[in-house]
Amino acid sequence: MSLVLSEDQQLLKDSAKAFVDQNAPVSVLRGLRDSKDALGYDQNLWRQMLELGWAGMAIPEAYGGFEFGYGGLGVVLEESGRTLLSSPLIATVLLGASAINELGSETQKSELLPKVVSGELLLALAIDEKPHHRPNRIETSAVKAGDGYVLNGCKTFVLDGHIANKLVVVARTSGAIDDESGISLFLIDANTDGVSINRSWMVDSRNSAMLSLNDVKIGGDALLGAEGNAYPGLTRVLDIGRIGVAAEMLGSMQQAFDITLDYLKQREQFGVLIGSFQGLQHRAAEMYSEIELCKSAVRAALSALDDAEKTDAKIAELASIAKAKLSEVATLVSNEAVQMHGGIGMTDEYDIGFYMKRARVASAFLGDALFHRDRYASLNGF
Amino acid sequence: MQAIAQLEDFRQETRAWLEANCPASMRTPMVDAEVVWGGRKATFVNPESKVWLERMADKGWTTPTWPKEYGGGGLSKEESIILSQEMARINARPPLNSFGISMLGPVLLESGTHEQKMEHIPKIVRGEIRWCQGYSEPGSGSDLASLNTKAVLDGDEYVINGSKVWTSYADKADWIFCLVRTDSEVPKHAGISFILFDMDAPGVTTKPIKLISGMSPFCETFFDNARAKATNLVGGLNNGWAIAKRLLQHERTMISGFGLAGSQGDRGGTTSTMDSVERAAMYYRGDTDKISDPGLRDEIAQFKIDSAAFALTSQRSIEESKQGQGPNATSSMLKNYGCELNKRRYELLLSSLGSQALGWEGEGFANDEIAVTREWLRSKANSIEGGTSEVQLNVIAKRVLGLPDMLSLVQK
Repeated sequence: MSLVLSEDQQLLKDSAKAFVDQNAPVSVLRGLRDSKDALGYDQNLWRQMLELGWAGMAIPEAYGGFEFGYGGLGVVLEESGRTLLSSPLIATVLLGASAINELGSETQKSELLPKVVSGELLLALAIDEKPHHRPNRIETSAVKAGDGYVLNGCKTFVLDGHIANKLVVVARTSGAIDDESGISLFLIDANTDGVSINRSWMVDSRNSAMLSLNDVKIGGDALLGAEGNAYPGLTRVLDIGRIGVAAEMLGSMQQAFDITLDYLKQREQFGVLIGSFQGLQHRAAEMYSEIELCKSAVRAALSALDDAEKTDAKIAELASIAKAKLSEVATLVSNEAVQMHGGIGMTDEYDIGFYMKRARVASAFLGDALFHRDRYASLNGF
Repeated sequence: MQAIAQLEDFRQETRAWLEANCPASMRTPMVDAEVVWGGRKATFVNPESKVWLERMADKGWTTPTWPKEYGGGGLSKEESIILSQEMARINARPPLNSFGISMLGPVLLESGTHEQKMEHIPKIVRGEIRWCQGYSEPGSGSDLASLNTKAVLDGDEYVINGSKVWTSYADKADWIFCLVRTDSEVPKHAGISFILFDMDAPGVTTKPIKLISGMSPFCETFFDNARAKATNLVGGLNNGWAIAKRLLQHERTMISGFGLAGSQGDRGGTTSTMDSVERAAMYYRGDTDKISDPGLRDEIAQFKIDSAAFALTSQRSIEESKQGQGPNATSSMLKNYGCELNKRRYELLLSSLGSQALGWEGEGFANDEIAVTREWLRSKANSIEGGTSEVQLNVIAKRVLGLPDMLSLVQK
């Protein structure tokens, strides 16, 4: 396991940074928000990202991907996080494609994954049902009917739900509400009868939706993975998602910190730069230290995903270390960033507020710091 | 980078040599009483410690990467990593612990003359001389550069007058590396020299300081016309501050290692409940499946996660410095975080043990419980010695983040 980037990863990171800086500054997200853009992402940018191969980064060559690993996808996510780039990278590439790759049949993989790489297919993972992420607490039901199933239930916080062509829906085929067994995954066309999708306008100006399923009839071929036994695979997919989002958060927090540091070196009060005040210096130094720890946690988790010898248990532990730490520090850094900017940090005109808003949504997504500390303790037998 | 095959040969040879030469009792977990510090007054509670030290010193493997010319092992970085892996594989104890190895040696190799290296390095490698550090003074703590101990040239010797404080193990050391003022007319940083002399010299006295933990690892050290050879002034006259700072970086790298305890505690082979905070919490609360206090459980989980991320960061820092840059400004960050983690660990152990961690001595408390109490008190010094946490944060702000230095404005 290496904690430093390989030469190839560093090259990819540099080119991703150059692309993002040039084409996707924060003003792009601001524009999407102000125009209440129907899609919530910039299609032209996404097309360029597809051309750069970002959608196929972690997908095996056998299914049209570039097999560059999660380490590669991770540095792209990190750089996209620097400017809060809104795109289908997380919902479609990180979560949707991983669900198909980890749980799908040979047919599903060879039919769908190439379409992710080319951009023909957008996906969304529908799991949460209540305001808190509790992946085993699934009420949405899937009842066997003939060769297929009938689904009923509601989902919330479905990232990219309103733009996806296909939804990956987590539902219960048997068992009680908190049971890990009895959970199944289904791939459902977004335009199937009984599926209704309502976009939610989130504080971070990124995409999310509420989903309701009313007697949705689907065929048996919609099943993704084994009936009633999808939880272990789902957990791995969620861990991939947590690690990828942590990488994106790392980019965002580094940028928020850099912006703040620049401000401390420019703003004068009492005739001196405010960055000379020890009251601010020590807090900046503490943030720097925490960000260094975050970087190590993300690198370790990404490199574990690309290491075939790492067990799911080890990946679960590293995913929870990364997501707990990043969620905690993203909150710290974004709060401090606004505070250190003073009045200007409270204005919509200034970008720093966007970083705080995104930090909160990303922290809550797929489990906040409390969730992952609890999970870490359980994984370690205390 | 060396060829893989060559390194594999080295691994096999090393493995065979360690198998043949590491005594059985040196493959058991270290106990405090058997730590080898070397020196003229060295005692060996376990005779095999002496055998182990001598065999390792003969190969120069007490300091694997130091040049062969001065008695070191002459190993490449890759080879020294293999050596430590192979030692870890058989749980071999470190043969020698010393400030000579962790602090003085690296700066002497960087800045000493050939004659100085020839005189001092081999004795560090072999553990023949035990060193102590003369830095802090009663009036010069965080503001170290204001130090007052004077050295005046008299013929080919310096005459030294003044006193030092917090000198670790001065009463057990043979020689001291010491910061002295050699010019009082220039700005404070520009009049300091770094000099080495024998603690047995007439005019040197030491007095242990009793700490809140009841232990006395530190001394006051007094110099009353003590004499040092001028040839033992390192790095040039009035250039001591640069040497002092460089040495502090090595010291901080060493102290930051304390923070690794939190993540290492759970590795195999440990024997005490106290090695794992969460096991201690469950044991003393009578819990079986999980810690019954959700607040304590969350705090311990957070501590463990931070410890794991810290260990990964130390590892990353090593990987990043493999090109041989040695410790850099991030050593301040690691020192600071490591110390704070170690303090957190003892606070959590105190919460976990309840009143069993509040005993001082006597009946009703097991030895390892008393040790937790004493170590909790001892840990408070972690963020004071080697530069306080506040000084480390100043260093990070100035050197790493490039923030303006208010102090230097004040001092001008």
